[in-house]
Amino acid sequence: MSPSVRLQEMIRVIRGARTQGEERGVIQRECAAIRAQFRQADNGTRSHNLAKLLYVHMLGYPAHFGQMECVRLIASPRYNEKRVGYLGAMMLLDEKQDASLLITNSIKNDLSHSSQYVQSLALCTLGCMGSAEMCRDLAPEIDRLLRASNSYIKKKAALCAVHIVRKVPELGELFTPAARSLLSEKNHGVLHGAVVLITELCERNPDTLEQFRKVVPELVQIMKGLVMSGYSPEHNVAGISDPFLQVRILRLLRILGRNNDTASDAMNDLLAQVATNTDSSKTAGSAVLYETVLTVMDIKSESGLRVLAVNILGRFLLNNDRNIRYISMTSLQKIVQTDHNAVQRHRGTIVDCLKDQDASVKRRALELSLALVSAVNIRSLMKELLLFLSSCPPELRAHTTSGIFNAAERYAPSQRWHIDTILHVLTTAGGDVRDETVPNLIQLITTATELHCYTVHKLYRALITDISVQSLVQVACWCIGEYGDLLLRGECEETEPVQVAEDDVLDALEMVLQSHMSSPATRGFALTATMKLSTRITHNVDRIRSIVSIYGSCIDVELQQRAVEYNALFKKYDHMRAAVLERMPVIDKSSPGHTNGESAGGTMKEMEPTKLTQEVVLPQEPANKVCDLLDLLGGSAEPLQPSPALSTTPLGPVSSTAGGDLLDLLGGLDVTPVPPSVIVYEKNGVTLKLQTDRQTDTGMTVTLTATNSTDGDITSITLQAAVPKSVQLQMKAPSGDVIPAHGLGQVTQTVLLNNPNKVSLKMRVRVCYTSQGSVCQDTVQIDSFPSPAW
Amino acid sequence: MMRFLLLFSRQGKLRLQKWFTPVTEREKKKVIREMTLMVLARPPRSCNFLLWRDLKIVYKRYASLYFCCGLEDQDNELLTLEVLQRYVELLDKYFGKVCELDIIFNFEKAYFILDEFLVGGEILETSKTAVGTAMEEAETLQETIEEHMSKPTY
Repeated sequence: MSPSVRLQEMIRVIRGARTQGEERGVIQRECAAIRAQFRQADNGTRSHNLAKLLYVHMLGYPAHFGQMECVRLIASPRYNEKRVGYLGAMMLLDEKQDASLLITNSIKNDLSHSSQYVQSLALCTLGCMGSAEMCRDLAPEIDRLLRASNSYIKKKAALCAVHIVRKVPELGELFTPAARSLLSEKNHGVLHGAVVLITELCERNPDTLEQFRKVVPELVQIMKGLVMSGYSPEHNVAGISDPFLQVRILRLLRILGRNNDTASDAMNDLLAQVATNTDSSKTAGSAVLYETVLTVMDIKSESGLRVLAVNILGRFLLNNDRNIRYISMTSLQKIVQTDHNAVQRHRGTIVDCLKDQDASVKRRALELSLALVSAVNIRSLMKELLLFLSSCPPELRAHTTSGIFNAAERYAPSQRWHIDTILHVLTTAGGDVRDETVPNLIQLITTATELHCYTVHKLYRALITDISVQSLVQVACWCIGEYGDLLLRGECEETEPVQVAEDDVLDALEMVLQSHMSSPATRGFALTATMKLSTRITHNVDRIRSIVSIYGSCIDVELQQRAVEYNALFKKYDHMRAAVLERMPVIDKSSPGHTNGESAGGTMKEMEPTKLTQEVVLPQEPANKVCDLLDLLGGSAEPLQPSPALSTTPLGPVSSTAGGDLLDLLGGLDVTPVPPSVIVYEKNGVTLKLQTDRQTDTGMTVTLTATNSTDGDITSITLQAAVPKSVQLQMKAPSGDVIPAHGLGQVTQTVLLNNPNKVSLKMRVRVCYTSQGSVCQDTVQIDSFPSPAW
Repeated sequence: MMRFLLLFSRQGKLRLQKWFTPVTEREKKKVIREMTLMVLARPPRSCNFLLWRDLKIVYKRYASLYFCCGLEDQDNELLTLEVLQRYVELLDKYFGKVCELDIIFNFEKAYFILDEFLVGGEILETSKTAVGTAMEEAETLQETIEEHMSKPTY
């Protein structure tokens, strides 16, 4: 019985196993037998046993005990044993295994074997799994084979050299001369190998690239020969003569022509010829055309050629074959930045591809459509994109929504359109939008002041229809809270008038509060909105009061805290409620706190501080407790849990806690015009300026700025302030306590004053600092403030 | 260059695997599993190209076998379809109307043919006939040795 039948017999038995367990049993038995055979002396069946082991390995079973057998078989003088041995080496050994080094010597010997088939085994194995060490060892051998052997060996040696260059790039110089001479071979296999080798050498070494630019004419000749040649049965594929070689040559030409005018000129004609003469009815021709287009777009080609290339891509777009449409969109994506107008011409077809059944094609079409958005086509293109969004596969939704938002932001023709678009996206795919959409949208709404009425009506209507999309609900709650008065007023120029009663609005908000679909963040929005409405409605304030007090015992800590604070606002600080809940000024988009994608802990906390731009003055802390107050704000390590009624956000930078980002939302605010400033102290090079800013008719913000014109830094500067008894004062944290020399920096400190009795305002400021090693302390009396008289 | 070439059946059983870069056994299994899942999930008349990690995946179905390979960024996907087609034609020529069973029972021959066609992830021979000729000559070499081995020793 011929041994190889036993291999097939084994395969049959394994395949006949009815269960996984049975199969495992058979394989275990066979492996045991194989192991035993391996230990025995040579009996002519070794190659078959290894072959059996390789089959078992392919099924997924461990076969590492065959590694040494591979090494032994490779060293055998018999061809069939060598063959299987090398196959085993390629399957079981890779450069990570120690045993792979053991075959280096065998490979070396086999490279000089008298039979070319043995040589080819060694070359193939080295080219597939040779480690860097083996490559270094054997590189000279390969170089020798590149020069003096028959074409069968030369082509294998060429690809082996490619592998060596990939593993050990420094050896590239060794192969350069041989690679050059291989280009004059006629054998296509060798030529192909040579082109691949040259490509690899040029990609890794710019000097070699320079050298090989000289062979462009030769390559052009070879290409011309291929394109113009008659039918060759050996190399013909669907009417194209050796498309594999053609594509490789085009790829090499691309590398040589990149950024080089001379080389690009030399290949211009050829590329035009290939582009026009290649028959693209079958894949082979399309492959060649595709490579040609890539080359044309990458080198310094003339504009006529570029137009030709883009037209080819346009033609591909209309092809019935999905693969070709996909390819064309991939290529268009690469050139959409540089040849924007050319690609725009094909926008219609690209947009049609959005409706293709195939997911890959859809994805490409989406990418390309987003890249083609411009101010001119935004309206029509957005319609298509929104249509696409309603039916697009789930894995593409997040990408689509963010693409739509970016496009809308850059090219929105009007604010109303922008808001409408965002709302449309939220209703269609609100679950897939990014976190920062909510604050972005809110910021956009506040800037569109004429549209407040329209927006709040639209959002209200969306809210009562569906409260499941969290982002939409959050925005709607915020708007209702903020612009509730506009909602209740009823008329609005942009939409049909609808009578909304106070009860309806409160019902809607309560529904959001109570629904289990609402996330904690959303409920926070709803609660705050309810509270805000207390100053905007007239009849149902009691209802609001009761809602707020109920949530004072809510399990959710955030809601509970808010409810308790709002309750306090109702009870103890009712006189301030109107001021606290006033309409907010327009949020500046570029302020640091305005999110750029980091929404730590939800958008909720960001929204809270914005309420506090009403420079609310708090119950006074005694002036000399400056430090305590600073501790309250600066000592807490976790993100600021803003208690709206009890703290205000500082206008200057705070010591950086995690809440620092949030509080800096107001850092960039520049709402009021620059108030007048006056110098109140000037001594030892330290200048103290005072700036006032009247916020309400009893409250005022005073900013003290200290600068230093001496040559040395001023350190440990502290400011303390005292005011008459009836005036309430709060000092915020200073921006720092070091003033750099030569006026290069300053320290600012903000003081909030509330003068309910409208007494004549005086302030005493004590300034302490260390300058040039000595401590100084001074007191300044400020009797008049640079502002309209109180 | 091609990073790997896999052949698997519609049930996900592996019939041939060729790796052109060093990959651990564990990683190989992972890639095979992912490829199988991805390719088998594709509806019938889809595009033959996919993106996976940083590779382009080209796959084609021939009867009951899926041929799947991973390409690098610079490689031409359409040409790779032609490469797969050429490999199938070579197998067909060698086995005479090749079917999946031929590849199962003669897997080592399938590998030998592949090694005459691709080396190190690149095409070795573009001629349709040269691969077949080389295989025949190698077989003669093999037979000669086996004949020699089975000759009586007198």
